[in-house]
Amino acid sequence: MTLLSVEDLSVTYPGATRPALDGLTLKVPSGSLTALLGPSGCGKTTALKIIAGLLEPTRGDVRCDGASILSLPPEARDVVMVFQQPLLFPHLSVAGNIGFGLRMRHLPRAQIAARVAEMLDMVQLGGLGGRNPAALSGGQAQRVALARALILRPKVLLLDEPMSNLDAHLRQEMRALILGLHRTLGMTTVLVTHDQAEAVVLADRIALILDGQLQQYAPPEQFYHRPASRAVAQFFGGRNFLPGRVDGTQFHCALGVLSLPPGMAQGPGLLSIRPEAVGLGAAPVNTLMAVVTDRAFLGMQTRLVLQMGDGVLEAAVSPDLAAAMTVGQSVQVNLPPGALWVLAG
Amino acid sequence: MMRDPVWRRAMRRVSALVLTLWLILPLIPLGVWSFAHGWRFPALLPQGWTLAAWDYALSPTAGVVDSIGLTVWIAVCASGLSLLVGVPAGRALGLHQFRGKGLVQGLILAPLIVPGIAVGLGLQGLFIGLGLNQTVTGVVLVHLIPTLPYVVLVMAGIFANYDIRFEQQARSLGAGRWQTLWHVTLPAIRPGLIVAGLFGFLVSWSQYVLTLLIGGGRVVTLPLLLFNFAASGRNDITGAMAMIYILPGVLVLIVTARALTGRTTGLVGRL
Repeated sequence: MTLLSVEDLSVTYPGATRPALDGLTLKVPSGSLTALLGPSGCGKTTALKIIAGLLEPTRGDVRCDGASILSLPPEARDVVMVFQQPLLFPHLSVAGNIGFGLRMRHLPRAQIAARVAEMLDMVQLGGLGGRNPAALSGGQAQRVALARALILRPKVLLLDEPMSNLDAHLRQEMRALILGLHRTLGMTTVLVTHDQAEAVVLADRIALILDGQLQQYAPPEQFYHRPASRAVAQFFGGRNFLPGRVDGTQFHCALGVLSLPPGMAQGPGLLSIRPEAVGLGAAPVNTLMAVVTDRAFLGMQTRLVLQMGDGVLEAAVSPDLAAAMTVGQSVQVNLPPGALWVLAG
Repeated sequence: MMRDPVWRRAMRRVSALVLTLWLILPLIPLGVWSFAHGWRFPALLPQGWTLAAWDYALSPTAGVVDSIGLTVWIAVCASGLSLLVGVPAGRALGLHQFRGKGLVQGLILAPLIVPGIAVGLGLQGLFIGLGLNQTVTGVVLVHLIPTLPYVVLVMAGIFANYDIRFEQQARSLGAGRWQTLWHVTLPAIRPGLIVAGLFGFLVSWSQYVLTLLIGGGRVVTLPLLLFNFAASGRNDITGAMAMIYILPGVLVLIVTARALTGRTTGLVGRL
């Protein structure tokens, strides 16, 4: 069931020549966690602010449960945004901050206090309600900001890079917390991030936005195995693109003729295979001879540059397998048909 | 933390002392005069002491008490109106870039540069036409000319360090426009409001020329009364009134010092 839908959303800032956001259309299923992914300046925060009601689009519509919410002010939308910075109100205590939204709704004091205590426990800050926000660490402040939004149980929760200001260790904790809360509360969530690893770990579906335009909207695995374009594949670490032509279940390119899985679009195309899918050794199909022209140790993997005829491929193999290989050595390489994918040329 | 060298600390103490004396010395003779019973040159101290001047100054016949009430009322109205106009203006100047901003800033500062008497004489004609001449309302309005620039400048400084996303966050959390203003904006700019309001009060409190021109002798504020007594040569009563006259300044100094050095909110920087 679709809860939030965004239709043809476009924004051109005054004085700008190109739109910050260009015709974004998305349907966010109820209870899902969707990530808007893209490099900084791609328009993803702009989209979030429009959904929150803090920015007016030049064109397009935002619908919640089927009804347009574009004309509603932010406070009437039942959509709460958590910013990149915690933005805790400095004149209120931690508890005062978390209870802010309920106080604005004129709930009885006792009820607010009970729900604030419950939220403090949920974000693992029990007993810190009386603290001054200035006395909190960065991670604690961001958790208070999250609690301040969650306490309102909004229909849609919007998170704008809530982890980008935290160091790696705290980011892991915060990811786990967000994922845990999302599973417990089942709140429809839209997360903005520039970190593809974060999007992959957290999101049910990812919307990749490049230069203000939606490139692909799909579950995370699809971005690795079924990227919509070369730009999408590259954003997710794709390195191998070989021009050629699809003919039935065969691909004709500089490497020769390769077997493809059935169902690929016919005609000219760009063959892609992820570096980690390139196999070493012989296989029944798609076995090629290659020369190792470069190698780089990357920690968990070793990256090999393989020259085969007129074509070059990169492979990411386990350091153990690569240990015996030297630059200039000839090796057998296989390209499993199931890992091959043809992009529109 | 490294300590400053001894000579530098000594210099700082000396300069503070000189500054204090410079500000306080002229007030000492006035204070002495207010209790003096005959004080002729070249005597270092008065011949005798009396409370007669204070007694007179605080009696109904002198009109000082009424005048204090009137001066306070005018200053409260002038600073209040200045805040009402100056806070939005300061917000616009501090938060936004717009075409002609330099010109607007120049115009706001203009009353501090253009002599009050020139503005006052120009406005007098206009105010006569509007029936505002010789009225308290007219005096309050004309006091806005010198008070407004101070208020706008202080508030523009406050808003230059203000993060508008706090307001967006409040709206997103369900606060309406007025709730956001009351629960988020006002607490954030409170130190600025206090300082701007008190400055406005003091500037209005010390107006002489503009009050004289527009009040036309009908609206007798404390500076006007003080000047009357000074001109008539009653040094003892002038001394007593001068003491009353500087009182708000001292109080404002204490309050603002507290507002500025106390716990400042994180939304705005210190002045």
